[in-house]
Amino acid sequence: MRPVAANRGGSRGLRFGSSAIPFFDDPLVPFFTYQWSGDALVLDAPFLETLERIEARYPDRRSAMLPALYLLQERDGYITPEGMQALAAHFDISPMAVYEVASFYTLFHFSPPGRHQIQVCRTLPCALRGAGEVVTHICNRLDIDVGERTSDGTFSLQTVECLGSCDTAPMMQVNDLYYDNLTRAEIDAILDELRDQEASHTKRPGPDGY
Amino acid sequence: MVDAPSYGVGTDWRRFEPVLLRLMDVEGSETLSVYRDHGGYTALEKALAESAPDELIELVKDSGLRGRGGAGFPAGLKWSFIPKDPSLPKYLACNADESEPGSFKDRYFIERDPHQLLEGMLITSYAIAAELAYIYIRGEFVHGTRVLERAIDEARQAGLIGKNILGSGFNCEVYVHRGAGAYICGEETGMLSSLEGMRGEPKLKPPFPAVKGLYGMPTVINNVETLACVPHIVQYGAEWFKSIGTEKSTGPKVFCLAGHVERPGLYEYPLGISLRDLIEEVGGGMLGGRPLKGVIPGGSSTAVLPPDKLDTPLDFESVAEAGSMLGTASLIVMDKTVCMVKAAANLAHFYSHESCGQCSQCREGTTWMAKILDRIEAGRGRKEDLDTLLDMCHSMKGTTICFLSDSAAIPTEAFIAHYGEEFEQHINEGRCPITPVERLR
Ligand SMILES: Cc1cc2nc3c(=O)[nH]c(=O)nc-3n(C[C@H](O)[C@H](O)[C@H](O)COP(=O)(O)O)c2cc1C
Ligand code: SF4
Ligand code: FES
Repeated sequence: MRPVAANRGGSRGLRFGSSAIPFFDDPLVPFFTYQWSGDALVLDAPFLETLERIEARYPDRRSAMLPALYLLQERDGYITPEGMQALAAHFDISPMAVYEVASFYTLFHFSPPGRHQIQVCRTLPCALRGAGEVVTHICNRLDIDVGERTSDGTFSLQTVECLGSCDTAPMMQVNDLYYDNLTRAEIDAILDELRDQEASHTKRPGPDGY
Repeated sequence: MVDAPSYGVGTDWRRFEPVLLRLMDVEGSETLSVYRDHGGYTALEKALAESAPDELIELVKDSGLRGRGGAGFPAGLKWSFIPKDPSLPKYLACNADESEPGSFKDRYFIERDPHQLLEGMLITSYAIAAELAYIYIRGEFVHGTRVLERAIDEARQAGLIGKNILGSGFNCEVYVHRGAGAYICGEETGMLSSLEGMRGEPKLKPPFPAVKGLYGMPTVINNVETLACVPHIVQYGAEWFKSIGTEKSTGPKVFCLAGHVERPGLYEYPLGISLRDLIEEVGGGMLGGRPLKGVIPGGSSTAVLPPDKLDTPLDFESVAEAGSMLGTASLIVMDKTVCMVKAAANLAHFYSHESCGQCSQCREGTTWMAKILDRIEAGRGRKEDLDTLLDMCHSMKGTTICFLSDSAAIPTEAFIAHYGEEFEQHINEGRCPITPVERLR
């Protein structure tokens, strides 16, 4: 048996140009993509509507806490104190209780991340295939350390634990996309392309999800 | 209806044709139409039309299907623990949190063949009388979440999810729930806490989720691959399933092969294929022909095996006998160029990062383990470090709320047991004796 072919689009960043997210505009997908209204303080009507639609999926609406945090982060770019206060009021709990939940999970940020969040997997299977050198290479190219953001805010770099793609190590995730079987040349090309995208877009595509 | 697969081959992997992965490389395999063209949802039809829920539980018990999420607990037996009281709501939760280093199988199941999973979930829900089922998927799998949302929507529109499924009177809703980056939410009680909108902190067992799970109600939690096996058992029968694999480890199994092999990837074979065959033949041998130093057979939480265990058959019993665990059957292969202290430290950092912090043995143990291993690797190890480590490992096992603490201790102990000399060499020489190799092309 051949291995299941790893590179068939999907979550992988199809490199250089083509859109890597096949179902993004698919009307079948009931994904709630919330457009920013510019108001970070209150849960306005469309936000609440979306949230209530999600709450209906659970016997207990408290279960919608993680989706609600995702919505908030999608709207504001990160989890703001004001947003947590608004959620607390909505769920009738203390703001601290919201923070307690949000801070447990690594995908919620409490300060603005880089517009392109680079997350290099550092765990053993990737490390065996050169993850350490990927990190060094990116640090050198962007002139930042792990945990930092480039001064223009374009990139931030983190190391993360196994992303479930060890067969294609070394790999990294940039925003929502996986880039795998990395080589030096490919890392360079990916960074260049993201920077070019940056120049041609005023608004970033944004992490989406709930 | 498709013909029953023509293999009933025990552990003869060379004659084996994939069952679970059969659609993975078919174009459009994530769509309902392609799934149906390949006989999809006929097992659900069959189950709803021909079997009472209890008969399905018996069938899965007979098949010998064991959980594919790590612990290998018999699936049918777990289902049978669900109380029959019709007044209690029951839930099914599919564990798609896949975060065990080395494992990447569930992501392929979700992205490439979501309907196989949904069909398995619907049959399972019917068997345990659950009308609500959730798929807890790790937050990083954004594409997988989209594929699942879409698949669920397609299935709902086709009358396969929702009220009165296929006219049987059985109702079942399925929803996706995204995690947000926490390995511990893969532990079943941590997952339930997270699903309830809380911190993903594990709870003491008992009570077990089958009695008191989601919202305090009976809940079955199964891994993606476990549930994906169910339609095939319904379709082709328990005897067919048992004819694959070994006597106590039945059925096909998906193996994740990573690390220093020529062809890393996802492969499906009968349980019982040998470690040697998997590495040397299936995986194309060691990367660059360099000799093997050790292999972790079941994901990062399992004990590393030295090369003299290469002939171990990969089934639950044989791997345990060899001193490790089959776990999630995720193999991490390491060649001679690997510093085993560094490998152990790498994993220790993983567990230290992922400990939820409730239990002191785990919180402090994983942190100190990582620090001490780092120190040894950097050539600043002390004579007493190995004893300290082993002592810590001992006190981290069987003393905490969940198994994460044990999962951190087990690999460290094994690394020291099999590569103790290398640890001592680090300490005695005050440096790492292994020359680093350039790995990034
Ligand atoms: C720390 C820890 C992490 C776990 N992570 C996962 C996981 O990511 N996926 C999974 O299916 N099971 C995981 N498990 C096992 C689950 O607790 C549970 O046993 C399993 O989902 C049951 O499904 P199964 O019987 O079908 O294998 C984990 C267990 C522990 C202790
Ligand atoms: S063993 Fe570790 S991860 Fe598990 S509950 Fe205790 S502190 Fe949390
Ligand atoms: S170790 Fe990097 S994806 Fe698994």
